[in-house]
Amino acid sequence: MSLHTLTVAELAAGLKARRFSSLDLALHFLGRIERLGPELNAFVTVTAERALEDARRADELLAKGEGGPLTGVPIAQKDIFCTDGILTTCSSKMLSNFVAPYDATVVERWRAAGTVLLGKTNMDEFAKHLRHETSFYGPVKNPWDLKRVPGGSSGGSAAAVAACLAPAASGTDTGGSIRQPAALTNLTGLKPTYGRVSRYGMIAFASSLDQGGMLTRSAEDAALLLKAMAGFDPRDSTSVDAPVPDYVAELATPLDGLRVGVIREFFGEGLDPAVGKLVQDAIGVLRANGASIVEVSLPALPLSVPTYYVVAPAECSSNLSRFDGVRFGHRCDSPRDLLDLYKRSRGEGFGDEVKRRIMTGTYVLSAGYYDAYYLKAQKVRQLIAADFARAFGEVDVVIGPTAPTAAFELGAKTSDPITMYLNDIYTIGANLAGLPAISVPCGFVREGGKDLPVGLQLVGPHFAESRLLSVSHQYQQLTDWHRRVPQGYE
Amino acid sequence: MSLTRAQVEGIAHLARLEITEAQMPVYVDSLSRIIDFVEQLSAADTGGAEPMAHPLADQVQRLRPDTATETDRHEKYQRNAPSVAAGLYLVPKVIE
Repeated sequence: MSLHTLTVAELAAGLKARRFSSLDLALHFLGRIERLGPELNAFVTVTAERALEDARRADELLAKGEGGPLTGVPIAQKDIFCTDGILTTCSSKMLSNFVAPYDATVVERWRAAGTVLLGKTNMDEFAKHLRHETSFYGPVKNPWDLKRVPGGSSGGSAAAVAACLAPAASGTDTGGSIRQPAALTNLTGLKPTYGRVSRYGMIAFASSLDQGGMLTRSAEDAALLLKAMAGFDPRDSTSVDAPVPDYVAELATPLDGLRVGVIREFFGEGLDPAVGKLVQDAIGVLRANGASIVEVSLPALPLSVPTYYVVAPAECSSNLSRFDGVRFGHRCDSPRDLLDLYKRSRGEGFGDEVKRRIMTGTYVLSAGYYDAYYLKAQKVRQLIAADFARAFGEVDVVIGPTAPTAAFELGAKTSDPITMYLNDIYTIGANLAGLPAISVPCGFVREGGKDLPVGLQLVGPHFAESRLLSVSHQYQQLTDWHRRVPQGYE
Repeated sequence: MSLTRAQVEGIAHLARLEITEAQMPVYVDSLSRIIDFVEQLSAADTGGAEPMAHPLADQVQRLRPDTATETDRHEKYQRNAPSVAAGLYLVPKVIE
């Protein structure tokens, strides 16, 4: 097996045993990025010098027998996380010249854990998922079929890890932006509980929904990286002050006695039957290995998409008001007056989908409409959260598909925003209720002569990351879907 | 069409976004579709549900002592500004 197909855990073990150095790894991955990266368009910035510097420092620690479980392991950061002294664009023209003046907490913590930064990954502009076609730097391609999208908004992170250009990468998930690309590229993608991972230095889209996480080759890797990333941060006012469990130690929890609820509403109209079958097969694997399976109903869940498309644009319009052409970001040429400066800087700096979200949000928050849209949506959100809470009275986790279909072709589904928004139907509920959720590879469908990956989604109660990771890990001990690598990237 | 062109122009002004003449019909159409779509929420029976203020029910807003914790880093921050002089951000003349 080649270096680049190894998991983070395997690379860490190899580094400890001195089978290879961190510098060997950095050079190997940088070489792959240089050779294979441009076609996928996975990276906005490659931080080669920084990677070599990080790697040398890691090797010094390793030589002394020091360092932690991640020391010397290369990673990539989604270009939504601020990196001190490094371009941080959110894949927007608005920030195409923005050099972050500080590190996001996620960046700081992974760095403190000894990881090596390979670069910043491409994404949908300002994390407005889910097509991966709205980046100022052009669309990312799916390594399983270059004619298809990798999903979004963490599409660059997904393509980079799936094509073995990085062993793992960070992502952010507001309505499915970690889980959907993970499903479409055969990766494990975890969205932690709201408040589990600090949002400090993570450029805000919808503050009550945004949560940082990661895309990896295995649940074990997600456990290792979450341990290094999670925990209280006084600089994020919604960060939760609760102890961080030893996610890695808890991976060993057996499936015996696990109670799984199959979400009835996730297997109806709109689901590709071939995707549904693979998810049912995976549920069969859990049942055969000691889990008890029951059906659960979340009747308010079909309202999650319209609810999301009120709440997220509302918060987006407020958050993105900071881009004013004055303090940072794009400024238009020769503004006539201050109003012209605001309007043209924002009109030129933001792409179409971002402008659409800002205007939707502006409308639903405007005088006379606030109660009918925003307040109503926040009430429906309560019903959705209550549905999940009721289900978790009977079962430990709920299960279903991550996305209704495998990856679609670039350029498809772009004319009607509603068709596009309905792709998020299975992932949005967890964000609205602040719940942790994970997508795990569960097989392939054959389309257009290509094997396209399918993801299984597990959602748990608040702070049940350990359970989600252990169930996923146990499933990955029984299956090997997650070890498959797209042709041409082995 | 649930939104008129005049309404969308008003929204764009509130959001401080310049929308080109050519793009305006596209926004009128797509924003109308979005508003029509989210309209279905009005039929939902939300009974006595309280609007959600935070996804974690028992969280309270944390307070801290009102003391300065940040050091002065304005020079570094202002390196990203389009136009600065003497530590101040420059904008077109506001008061004649």
